[in-house]
Amino acid sequence: MLHTVNKSPFERNSLDSCLRLAKKGSAILLMEDGVYAAVTGTTATDKMASAAKGNSVYVLGPDMSARGLAEDQLIDGIKVVDYEGFVDLVADNDGVTPWL
Amino acid sequence: MTEVVFEIEGVKKVITFLNRKAPYGTIYALEVLESVLITAAFEQHANIVFVDDGVYQIKKGQDTAALEMKNFLPTYGIIEMEKEDADEDEDMDMNWRIIVEKESMEARGLTADDFKIDVEVLSSAELAEVLETSDAVIGG
Repeated sequence: MLHTVNKSPFERNSLDSCLRLAKKGSAILLMEDGVYAAVTGTTATDKMASAAKGNSVYVLGPDMSARGLAEDQLIDGIKVVDYEGFVDLVADNDGVTPWL
Repeated sequence: MTEVVFEIEGVKKVITFLNRKAPYGTIYALEVLESVLITAAFEQHANIVFVDDGVYQIKKGQDTAALEMKNFLPTYGIIEMEKEDADEDEDMDMNWRIIVEKESMEARGLTADDFKIDVEVLSSAELAEVLETSDAVIGG
């Protein structure tokens, strides 16, 4: 199962609910405003770093770039994917759960 | 003009509807509810799940008269009836579950008695398993 989070962790509880209800080992993709959860130095960093240990966590590169976030700010273990990588994630996983 | 035929013979999926928004502030809840009713028409398996503020969708005593908006609590009663019909009809291969996440319910000071319809209350871990084993998840 691929879980997608497209809302900022500072505005909504989408990320918290995703982390609570995603099975260990499943894939999580941060996209759109969800990418703000992927960087260090925020109040969301600890839970995201912990999630990156039990799940495969990805962030959509074009959405990071658009928001001025650089790869050297990323939390360890989070992998950047482009749109092709996004398609691969959807194809390789058995279903998508969107956290809106 | 081409006639469109939906071939559903032998097609049976488990579709999970993940309701996470309160009922009247946004259109999410109503849109998901309409999708659930379509699923009934195609006799598919469904998990109708209430998480986060979604649990408010089935709270008893909703009265939207002054808002001049559709009160969709009665429609959930229809969903409950569909589920019961499917449970009782041995010829009908349609398994529906109506599920509330315990953590979301308790965080809002609610108990299962506060809901208009009968629900299964599951822990986060149990619900995670339901999501993982679904063929498709419709978020809202």
